[in-house]
Amino acid sequence: MDFTFNEDQVALRDSVSRFLMNEAAPELLREIWETGGGRSRELRAKFAAQGMTGLSVPEAYGGVGLGDIDWALVLEELGYYAIPDSLVDTAYVATTLMCQVDEAAALREQWLPKVADGTARLSIEHPVNPYVADAHLANVVFAFRAGAGGALELHAVPGAGLQRSSLTSIDASRRLAALPQKLNASTRLLAGARAQAMADATLDRASVAVAGRLIGLAQRMLDLSVDHVAQRKQFGKPIGSFQAVKHHLADVMTKIEFARPVFYRAVLALQRDERHRAALVSHAKLACADAAWTAARKGIQVHGASGYTWEVDLQMFMKRAWVLDAAWGDRAFHKARLGEALVRDDAPLGPAATLS
Amino acid sequence: MDLDFTSQQQAFRAEVRAWLRDNVPKTPLASYDTREGFEQHRAWEAKLAEGGYSSVIWPKELGGRGSDLIEWLIFEEEYHAVDAPMRVNQNGILLLGPTLMEFGTDEQKARFLPRMARCDDMWAQGWSEPNAGSDMAAIASRAVRDGAEYVLNGQKTWSTRAVFANWLFGLFRSDPQSSRHQGLTYLLVPLDAVGITVRPIRALNGKQAFAEVFFDDVRVSVSNRIGEEGQGWNVAMATAGFERGLLLRSPARFQRTAKRLMELYRRHQQAADRDPSIRDGVLKAWMDSEAYNLASYHTVSRLAKGYRVGAEASTNKIFWSELDLQMHETAMRILGPRAELVDDPEVHDWLEGFLFAQAGPIYAGTNEIQRNIIAERVLGLPKS
Ligand SMILES: Cc1cc2nc3c(=O)[nH]c(=O)nc-3n(C[C@H](O)[C@H](O)[C@H](O)COP(=O)(O)OP(=O)(O)OC[C@H]3O[C@@H](n4cnc5c(N)ncnc54)[C@H](O)[C@@H]3O)c2cc1C
Repeated sequence: MDFTFNEDQVALRDSVSRFLMNEAAPELLREIWETGGGRSRELRAKFAAQGMTGLSVPEAYGGVGLGDIDWALVLEELGYYAIPDSLVDTAYVATTLMCQVDEAAALREQWLPKVADGTARLSIEHPVNPYVADAHLANVVFAFRAGAGGALELHAVPGAGLQRSSLTSIDASRRLAALPQKLNASTRLLAGARAQAMADATLDRASVAVAGRLIGLAQRMLDLSVDHVAQRKQFGKPIGSFQAVKHHLADVMTKIEFARPVFYRAVLALQRDERHRAALVSHAKLACADAAWTAARKGIQVHGASGYTWEVDLQMFMKRAWVLDAAWGDRAFHKARLGEALVRDDAPLGPAATLS
Repeated sequence: MDLDFTSQQQAFRAEVRAWLRDNVPKTPLASYDTREGFEQHRAWEAKLAEGGYSSVIWPKELGGRGSDLIEWLIFEEEYHAVDAPMRVNQNGILLLGPTLMEFGTDEQKARFLPRMARCDDMWAQGWSEPNAGSDMAAIASRAVRDGAEYVLNGQKTWSTRAVFANWLFGLFRSDPQSSRHQGLTYLLVPLDAVGITVRPIRALNGKQAFAEVFFDDVRVSVSNRIGEEGQGWNVAMATAGFERGLLLRSPARFQRTAKRLMELYRRHQQAADRDPSIRDGVLKAWMDSEAYNLASYHTVSRLAKGYRVGAEASTNKIFWSELDLQMHETAMRILGPRAELVDDPEVHDWLEGFLFAQAGPIYAGTNEIQRNIIAERVLGLPKS
């Protein structure tokens, strides 16, 4: 039993963290949002140069073929720096999907080398999300849709010429669209039970990817708040010396401490495709969302009025936390799913069930 | 105990209801944090003043109706029941108005109050400074007496709607030797005076909700001073008391939100019931907004019998600001993934309200400060 990350995973996290600290400063992210597309080709190229775009891409296509556990710490960093990019959907969730579907062989040939070198972007449509993130720049949109008989199908739809209506999010870094068109039989990859299984696996992987970013966001908001209260003085002393302020931030820390291991456990369940995967993923998503919302609420509270401004960076992280909460299944969805799993006879209940 | 309204109160309610029915704009006004929306709200306030409804608790001769607080609660119930526009000159009507009535000279009352009621003047509040937030007594902006004028230098911040307002009331340090609560003077400053720079601050929603105000040798007449020189803190505290108390946020406003929340829930009940905490949240919204209304009627009834409201008014501020947050969070849960869509008509007001609710526990004295006040001044616990 060893519930820690190995040296390579920690080293990868450290290098990603150093890189993002230098290349993804809040000012730069704000500049990127202001552009219509909201995405930076240069930033994506830098991710590629760092090897981040090839993490899940098999070696044969120019990547390093890593798994879910290797992504865990990277996801936290991507949250911590609020990266406004479809990097996770492209290089992790959709790439893994493509690798698990035999029928996608030709697509892999065509797109995975470009994913690895940072020139291709992939998006995913799923019934749990009413719209698609980053469809506007996607080379391929993987769409899970109900077919004629109601059974789910998986389509790979070329991004070029896609009809879409853009939607504006309160998070200025988001780029959302609804894809209204009917899908053509010619783009269908899978139907029926296998499409459903891939939809479930993709939902879980994407949910875990959101959970990891939410934990990173919570940590960032906590760090910003600690810095603020250590520096800001009122009544002749740092406001961080007031117990009310200390306790707010200690509460955030407590939430994070009891969400992060849940996230790691879910990552493992995903990588090993465990029987209780869905329940563990929902737990992680709920716990991480709760930690991030608490960090946002307490964070703005200890910032005082400055936290309510556009200029102060806290807002970027709060808005991301608020919106990611409901991406890939809102709380009602995940609570319902968890509830169903826990009332079943084979539910992972009681001592000795956690790691079985 | 008798919870029936008197026939006079019923007649007042009927009159308010009829007036609002005939006068409330049929289509919602634009956000008052935009120039266009601000002017629309101002026009609406002028109309309210014409009807004598700008502030029902003001005396008749100043454009009010001389109502007691029970009638004020009735007015607020009718006002929010029909979703009438948000009030844009509250700083003036609720904070400065009562201060002028208590401390102003007759000349000052005549000069400022009628124009305030009609919204000819829009007032910004100038308490906070970069280094004087919760610690308001740390105010450092200076007022130096020069003959019949004061010369102002320094900076105010977070001044709500100062971008659009034309007057500011604020506290300035007139005695350079003084510290803390002593030596502050309460002044009224025209925002178009020479030497004033108003720099807008964008709020969470991207709009210019408040501003920094810089004073560079700004000259104001001594006749713009309220109360004695150096007595500004006591004068200001009277208005802060009003603010923390009932007047800033009437219960009706939250009852209206709780009702809208129930309507939202019913439209989406099937999906929402997957998460039992949503239903809990909707019920809590109703319970707490009712409780706030009952507590308010209870308080004003006691006031009518001659009780004074002291530091316990701080509980109001905590209660309504946390209720407002809870209601908007519940709405976000019901709206689920759509909650982030700013242009979705069902979402828009909830989302804006959710952002603004984040400020509730911060402005008008943070909730931490309110809790300290309750613990120390009401419960008598030792200061830390
Ligand atoms: C939307 C909005 C509108 C506003 N409008 C106006 C306006 O029109 N005019 C105006 O003058 N001001 C206005 N303000 C400013 C408001 O009054 C201040 O934000 C408030 O007094 C808190 O000050 P601060 O923001 O500097 O926070 P700080 O005082 O820096 O407080 C930061 C945190 O420290 C805590 N803290 C500070 N001291 C203590 C203590 N002793 N014990 C425990 N905790 C403590 C606070 O509770 C808070 O959580 C507005 C603010 C907002 C958000």
